[in-house]
Amino acid sequence: MVGIMAATVILAVLPLLFILLNLIAKGAGSINWAFFVETPAPAGQSGGGVGHAVVGTLIIVGMACLMGLPIGVGAGIYSAEYPANRLARLARFVADVMNGTPSIVVGVFAWTVIVANQKHFSALAGSVALAMLLIPMVMRTTEEMVKLVPNSLREAALALGYPRWRTSLRVVLRTALPGIVTGSLLAIARIAGETAPLLFTALGSQFFSINPTQPIAALPLVVFTYATGPYEEWHRLAWATALVLIIVVLVLSLAARIATRQRFTPNA
Amino acid sequence: MPDIRPRIETEKLTAMYGKFTAVKGVSLAFSPNQVHALIGPSGCGKSTFLRALNRMHEVTPGGWITGRVLLDGMDIYAPRVNVMELRRRVGMVFQRPTPFPTMSIYDNVAAGLRLDGRRPAGEMDQIVERSLQQAALWNEVKDRLDESAIALSGGQQQRLCIARTLAPSPQVILLDEPTASLDPQGTQRIEELLFQLKHEFTIIIVTHNMQQAARVSDTTTFFYLGTMVETGSTEQIFTAPANEQTEAYITGRFG
Repeated sequence: MVGIMAATVILAVLPLLFILLNLIAKGAGSINWAFFVETPAPAGQSGGGVGHAVVGTLIIVGMACLMGLPIGVGAGIYSAEYPANRLARLARFVADVMNGTPSIVVGVFAWTVIVANQKHFSALAGSVALAMLLIPMVMRTTEEMVKLVPNSLREAALALGYPRWRTSLRVVLRTALPGIVTGSLLAIARIAGETAPLLFTALGSQFFSINPTQPIAALPLVVFTYATGPYEEWHRLAWATALVLIIVVLVLSLAARIATRQRFTPNA
Repeated sequence: MPDIRPRIETEKLTAMYGKFTAVKGVSLAFSPNQVHALIGPSGCGKSTFLRALNRMHEVTPGGWITGRVLLDGMDIYAPRVNVMELRRRVGMVFQRPTPFPTMSIYDNVAAGLRLDGRRPAGEMDQIVERSLQQAALWNEVKDRLDESAIALSGGQQQRLCIARTLAPSPQVILLDEPTASLDPQGTQRIEELLFQLKHEFTIIIVTHNMQQAARVSDTTTFFYLGTMVETGSTEQIFTAPANEQTEAYITGRFG
């Protein structure tokens, strides 16, 4: 019996191992300095890189975090501190539905609301789509972490004369912070690899751009476009980009684990 | 009781959780610079009564009261009362030590002080030292004020919580079974502390432990099933209780 379970464990980790080895085999050779700083070479020529997509992903994900993290964390604190409140219950329900919504639906929504109205694709539209995915994830983890803070700490702060809001920020939020950081990092890792919501929003681009109102390149879009393209050189870049993406996700997950470690220091 | 005005007085105080009555029409007076013990079996309403004295009872969902609580003659449940300010005048120490885990020892003590605006750093240092000294913790922590408060032992944590309560200079200190989670040594230190503190503060302590009530308090009040059964000087309650229930409880026949 133990043998069967051990076998299922191996089967569970095998895909990740296989993906990683495969990507390293096909992509690692193309990763060098030029890969991170240059734009793609003209079709048919060799060389070039995906620097434009590295910058693009940083901009899109960064703007999504600026919009999504404060809203998600704030909503999570509210929902945990006033759990019986009607607004909080509604927010929890909506967040659960949003967490289950296919990301392409969110992309279509951002297209309808922003792209179709402005009549052009933009990095900002991509960020809005990613922020919409980020908010419910961050809200739910924040809520779970805030609920773990013992009620005795809240009472201690209130008994000292802390107003409610200050208790939430100075005591509750600070105590729950390592867990919230962990949850946020995992959520950011998830949206950094999202492709579908960017297809009709950020669109992708062959050029360096830092203008949030213009179409912009992103790593997942590079994989999507180049992997299905006709040139061998494109396939090479797609493999390498996929490897970079998975490394980014791994690094964020590791950072999340390190942040979590603090949470298990002895507690009152 | 000495012939001076009480610091805290309750008039027909009734405390409810929703429709459940935890404290029924209790009228009591607590004179300053004494230790007052509230005793009684679990669920008799003594903790709820204590929590009504700094309006912490209403923090519990469904908690509300009728009757009056007077602090130096002023009704603390009057509409214009600033609850945050009230709680700084009537401090509270809980059953389990509750240091703020993300703050240093120093910041824990200073936490309540930072509420009323900026103070000069020197003054802050002075108050923190004074409070830790009053809580008999200064000598143990003076070299590690920057360390995390959760590295302290349970007894030290509880004295830290007392120091934190003392720092804003309250008039009244409410203690809700402050030694329930401590070992005998930690308990003894807290009890010794109460003797010192009553020179400056009015102390009301809820305790399960009758020996503790007999050792530390000047007056004792016995609660049973939400009503105040008997109150008087500790000596009188423990040697010649007027009520049969009180006698049965303190001699250990129930509870």
